Amino acid sequence: MTEVSHTDAVADPGIRARPLPAKPRRSEFVYFAFRNRKFVLGGSVVLFMLAAALLGPLLTDYAPLEFSGPTDQPPSSEYWFGTTSFGQDVYSQFVHGLRSAFVVGTIGGGLAWLIGATVGFTAGYAGGWLDDLLNMLTNVVLVIPTLAILIIVAAYVNVHSYTTEAILIGLTSWPWAARAVRAQTFSLKTRDFVDVARLSGRTTRQIIVREIAPNMSSYLLMMFILLFGGAILIGASLDFLGLGPSEAVSLGLMMNNSFLSSALLLGSWWWFVPPGVGIIAIVGGLYVMNVGLDEIFNPRLRET
Amino acid sequence: MIRYLGRKLLIYLVTFWVAVTIDWAIPRFMPGDPIERLLSRMQAQPASADALTGYYTQAFGFDVPIWQQYLNFWAALFQGDLGRSISNFPTPISELVISALPYTLALLIPAILLSFWAGNKLGALAARRKRLDNTVLPVSYVLTATPQMWLGIMLAWIFASSLAIFPVSGAYALDLQPAWSLEFALSFLEHWILPFSALFLVALGGWAIGMRNMIIYELEAEYSHYLASLGAPTRLVRKYAYRNALLPQITGLALALGAVTAGAIVVEIVFSYPGLGSLTLGAIQNRDYFLIQGIFLFLITGVLIANFIIDIAYVLIDPRTRVGMQGGA
Repeated sequence: MTEVSHTDAVADPGIRARPLPAKPRRSEFVYFAFRNRKFVLGGSVVLFMLAAALLGPLLTDYAPLEFSGPTDQPPSSEYWFGTTSFGQDVYSQFVHGLRSAFVVGTIGGGLAWLIGATVGFTAGYAGGWLDDLLNMLTNVVLVIPTLAILIIVAAYVNVHSYTTEAILIGLTSWPWAARAVRAQTFSLKTRDFVDVARLSGRTTRQIIVREIAPNMSSYLLMMFILLFGGAILIGASLDFLGLGPSEAVSLGLMMNNSFLSSALLLGSWWWFVPPGVGIIAIVGGLYVMNVGLDEIFNPRLRET
Repeated sequence: MIRYLGRKLLIYLVTFWVAVTIDWAIPRFMPGDPIERLLSRMQAQPASADALTGYYTQAFGFDVPIWQQYLNFWAALFQGDLGRSISNFPTPISELVISALPYTLALLIPAILLSFWAGNKLGALAARRKRLDNTVLPVSYVLTATPQMWLGIMLAWIFASSLAIFPVSGAYALDLQPAWSLEFALSFLEHWILPFSALFLVALGGWAIGMRNMIIYELEAEYSHYLASLGAPTRLVRKYAYRNALLPQITGLALALGAVTAGAIVVEIVFSYPGLGSLTLGAIQNRDYFLIQGIFLFLITGVLIANFIIDIAYVLIDPRTRVGMQGGA
């Protein structure tokens, strides 16, 4: 990844952060970012879905759960994505569902990222018994299937909102991130520039935040993207099982409702196709963007 | 090697203990009265509510001190007693789970192994071959971002509802009984192929991407350049790259187990496949808490066993773990 080269590290006095090299590096990032087709394509799709989530609901007069018209209508100029068996507007449900997907992704992915990074940095940097303990914790949470534990928790806790659901997802999906951060920290903490920082009297916190984390910033960013996408997928499964908020709108719940109302047998494809396409667009867009980022940060992967 | 496996085994034992403790603790330490909470969710009639309260108090063992509840829970567990199902009263939960288990395994094991095999081959083929890469990679990304239940719904819609090539639901034709006959096997296969495909395809994408990236890393490694500069044929270089790239993929296999299991649960529901997934849905809808609890324990145990098998396979494949070096994560 973006490791400071050895000569760089020696040159770094470690007393002040170097403001100079930061600027050319950033413009280099922008330069390669916009030349990278994967990053641009993935990013555009995600941005488009985000725009649809934010602006889409403004374009329709129907509330997502409102019984607004005839049932089981195919897409028309009046109902862009058709209607459900309950006469609800699918388009309205879809754009509102996108909103909850982004909420679950942001909160769930963000929380998982925060826990994963904290545990990873602490374990990797501290070493010793703290590392052993955190490692054990990570491994335990890693082995237990996220959905299994969420089923048992959600069966008991009444999940009222997507925030609650996202927090539950965040609390259980961090382990692989912690493991990755720990391994990176492990290899960075013995570098000269970290030693210099330590000798110059920086606190552990400062060393982690200012010396170690910036050297794996690309890694941290990509980790967040993957956790974001993962949280959306897990959230959709939970909603499909009927463990999410019941009086709400989400892409998973749309699949659940269409499935339970036998949309399959009725052939109302307009009801169950959009939610899946929406999820694939967001998550797939994020993944493709992630590969693009990987190539931007890691010249070895760039296409020749 | 023994130490390596021993350490892993310790982790699994701790995991099992934690899982069982969570299982035990959730109804007990959540705010509010667990029985009242269950009853209000079931919207039980007052008359049946009284009976159910009595039943639950006894079933949870709430009438003894908390430490004794915990010990009793473990004791019952070791006797294979997971309680009785409420929605299918009075069938013991272990019986329900065990009768559903073969169907889930019949989906999961082939899906895991075949997708791992095919995905790795596909990824290795695509790496550094522009034409193939340009089709395999985008398709893989779409597949790996697809929710399994949605792929299941699409497959059911296209191949079962519209084209009527395969049946929509169930694990075998309704007029058949499970038996070791050709007729049953064919019917089983016909019902199995769609849910299997949904799981297989989503997992395939992930493996192909992983292997493709690993091969590119390996082909950039010193040893690959060295081999190539000695004049070794590309096929040989790629073969060595494949072997090295396979190790992280096996570690990944252990990590992916949870996701595939979750996928199986939702896909089974789509096809009303009579495995643990459909059992879970029924349990959720009927608020059959003990059944959920029992399925949870079986899932955890299964994933732990699978993890341990993967660890052993890893030791067999990677010689470094055998001579006592630290291998893998």
